[in-house]
Amino acid sequence: MAKITLDNLAHSYYPKPKGEDDFALKELNHDWADGEAYALLGSSGCGKSTLLNIISGLLHPSQGRILFDGIDVTHASTADRNIAQVFQFPVVYDTMTVRNNLAFPLKNRGADPKYIAERVQQIGQMIGMEAELDKRASGLTADAKQKISLGRGMVREDVNALLFDEPLTVIDPHMKWELRTQLKSLHHEFGHTMIYVTHDQTEALTFADKVVVMYDGRVVQIGTPQELFERPQHTFVGYFIGSPGMNVISADITGKVANVHGTSLALNRGYNDLNGKVEIGVRPEFVALTKGDGLPVNVRRVEDVGRHKIVRADLFGNEINILAREGMEISPDMNRVTFDPEHVNVYVNDWLKAGEVA
Amino acid sequence: MEKTVNQKAWFLILPVLLLVAFSAVIPLMTVVNYSVQDTFGNNQFFWAGLEWFEEMLRSERMWDALGRQLMFSAIILAIQVPLGVFIALNMPKSGFWSSFCLVMMSLPLLIPWNVVGTIWQIFGRVDIGLLGYTLDALGISYNYTQNTFAAWVTIIVMDVWHWTSLVALLAFAGLKSIPDAYYQAAKIDQASRWAIFRYIELPKMMGVLMIAILLRFMDSFMIYTEPFVVTGGGPGNATTLLSIDLVKMALGQFDLGPAAAFSIMYYLVILLISYVFYTVMTNLDKKGG
Repeated sequence: MAKITLDNLAHSYYPKPKGEDDFALKELNHDWADGEAYALLGSSGCGKSTLLNIISGLLHPSQGRILFDGIDVTHASTADRNIAQVFQFPVVYDTMTVRNNLAFPLKNRGADPKYIAERVQQIGQMIGMEAELDKRASGLTADAKQKISLGRGMVREDVNALLFDEPLTVIDPHMKWELRTQLKSLHHEFGHTMIYVTHDQTEALTFADKVVVMYDGRVVQIGTPQELFERPQHTFVGYFIGSPGMNVISADITGKVANVHGTSLALNRGYNDLNGKVEIGVRPEFVALTKGDGLPVNVRRVEDVGRHKIVRADLFGNEINILAREGMEISPDMNRVTFDPEHVNVYVNDWLKAGEVA
Repeated sequence: MEKTVNQKAWFLILPVLLLVAFSAVIPLMTVVNYSVQDTFGNNQFFWAGLEWFEEMLRSERMWDALGRQLMFSAIILAIQVPLGVFIALNMPKSGFWSSFCLVMMSLPLLIPWNVVGTIWQIFGRVDIGLLGYTLDALGISYNYTQNTFAAWVTIIVMDVWHWTSLVALLAFAGLKSIPDAYYQAAKIDQASRWAIFRYIELPKMMGVLMIAILLRFMDSFMIYTEPFVVTGGGPGNATTLLSIDLVKMALGQFDLGPAAAFSIMYYLVILLISYVFYTVMTNLDKKGG
C-alpha cells in the first residue's frame, strides 16, 4: 500500500513527439492517496489504459517520474513495484487448475505453502468459485475466467496498488454488480490503493471514492461523484456523467445576465470580460418545463424511464433534455423552460468559469 | 429448402471420379493386385493369397529396415522439434529482422530433395567437400561411405538442416498469436521465463506444434531421395530406410509380389500412426490444450 505520485508525467507512442497532439497522455501531476479507491473514467482511446500501464510498469513514460511513497520507481520493473493488475479480457493459465491459477502469483514469490492454501481457499470463496477450484481453467466460460483473473489480482495482500483495466467488460450484468460490491468490500477490509479504469459512469460512481475523468489524454477533473455532478469542470464531464448528460447552450454573458438567442436569463453570479466560446451548462435535473415564462422550446418526445420522465425538446435548433418527476403531467401548452440559477454553470472554451458572487 | 432430386447430377461428379480413379484408386489397386499374385515372367500371374504378406512379416530384412526407419524418425523429431521451438522463441517478433529471419529460414524448405542430397553428398566428401575435408584436416575420422556412424550423422544433420525451419515457422506462428495481455499478466504475477514458456507459450503453441510433429513424422517416415543420393543406403545396409529398401526390392530385384505386400504394410503403418496422432491431437483440442 502506497501513495502514488505522478510528477510531470507524459507519454507518447511516437519516438519523437512533435507537438502536444502526439501525446497519448498529456502532462500530468497527481497524487493517488494511499488507500483510496479511484475510478479512471473516460471514453475509449482517451489515455486511461496508457496511464494504468505506466503506473504498473508495463510501459515506460516518455517524460516525468512516478514515485511510490516518495521513492522514484520510474525505471523499476513491474515485479519490483509489487502491483496487481487485472486486464479487460481474461488471462488464465489454461493448463492449470483454478486453484493453481490463483496460487501462481504467491508461488512465484515463494510464499509459505500453508498460507497459499488458505489464501486461495479464501479468494475462491470470494469470487464464488469454491466448487470449481480443482477444475482445469481452460474449459470455463469467459466470465468464470475473468473471475479467476480478478482473484489472481486480489490474492496478494501486500501489493502497493490494485489496478483494474475495465475488468467487468465480459461479465454478466448481475454478476457485475456482485463483483463490484466484492471489490468495494475488499477495499474496505484491506485498504489497498485501487485504480479502476472504466468507461461506464455507473461503475465508476458506485465503485470509487474519487473519480478521475480523462478526456483526450488529459485529466479534466478529479472529484467525488457529487462534485462531478454539481460542478463539472469541463463540458466533457458534464456530457459524460449523468444520464442524460448536461445541457450545454451557447450564450452571451454580461455581468449577471445571460442572453440566449435574444432571451435574457438571470444568473446568480457575475461574469465579466469573457473571451472565447461562452456556454452555459445546466443538468436536466435543474431544468423545469413550464407554461408561462422562460426560453421557448418544442417538446419532441417524452421517455418514461420509471422513476422519472425524460423530456427531449428543441431549443433554438439544439436538443435540450429535461428531467420531470414521475407523476408530473406534461401538457401541450408547456412550451417554456426555466433553469435553477444555483445550478447554471458557465463555460469558456469548455472549461468552467467561476463567477463572482456580488 | 425443398430438395430437388435429379439423377443426372451424378454426371457432374464424373470428372472428379475419373481423376481420382486414375490418380489413386487404379494404381493402388494394381499394387493390391500384385501383392496377392506371383509371376514367373511372360506376364503370367498365379494366385498367391496372403503368402507374400506372411513372408514379409517373417523377413528379417523388412524388420531391420523398419527399425532403422523408426530410429531415424525418432532422432530427427527429437532434434527438430525442440530446436525449432527454441529458434522460434528467440526470433525477433517484428520489424526488419523478423522478416529477414523468416526469409532465411524458408530457403532450405524451397530446395528440391535431390538437390539437398547432392549438396550434402558433395559437402561431406573428404576429397573435395568443405565439411569432409575440414573434419579430416582436423584429424577427425569422418567418411560417410564407410563408417556407419558418419553416414547416420550426415543424413540426420542434412534432414535437420532441411526441415527444422518448418517446425520453427509453425511454432513462430503459434507464438505470434498470443495476445500481449498474457505476457503482461505474467510480468505482474512475477512468472519466471521458464514458467512463461511452460504455462503460456507451450500450451498456446500446442496445436500448431502437433501439426508440425505430424508433418515431420510422415515426411521423415517416407523419406527416400535425400539419404539415397548421399549414401545409397550404405555402408552395407546401414542407412537403408524403408522406402530405399522398397525401391531396391521392387525395381532392383523386380520382386513385385513381396514389394507390393511391403508397400501395403508400409502404407498401413503410416496410416495407423497418423491416426493415433490425430486422435491424440483432437483430444488435446477438446481439453482446450
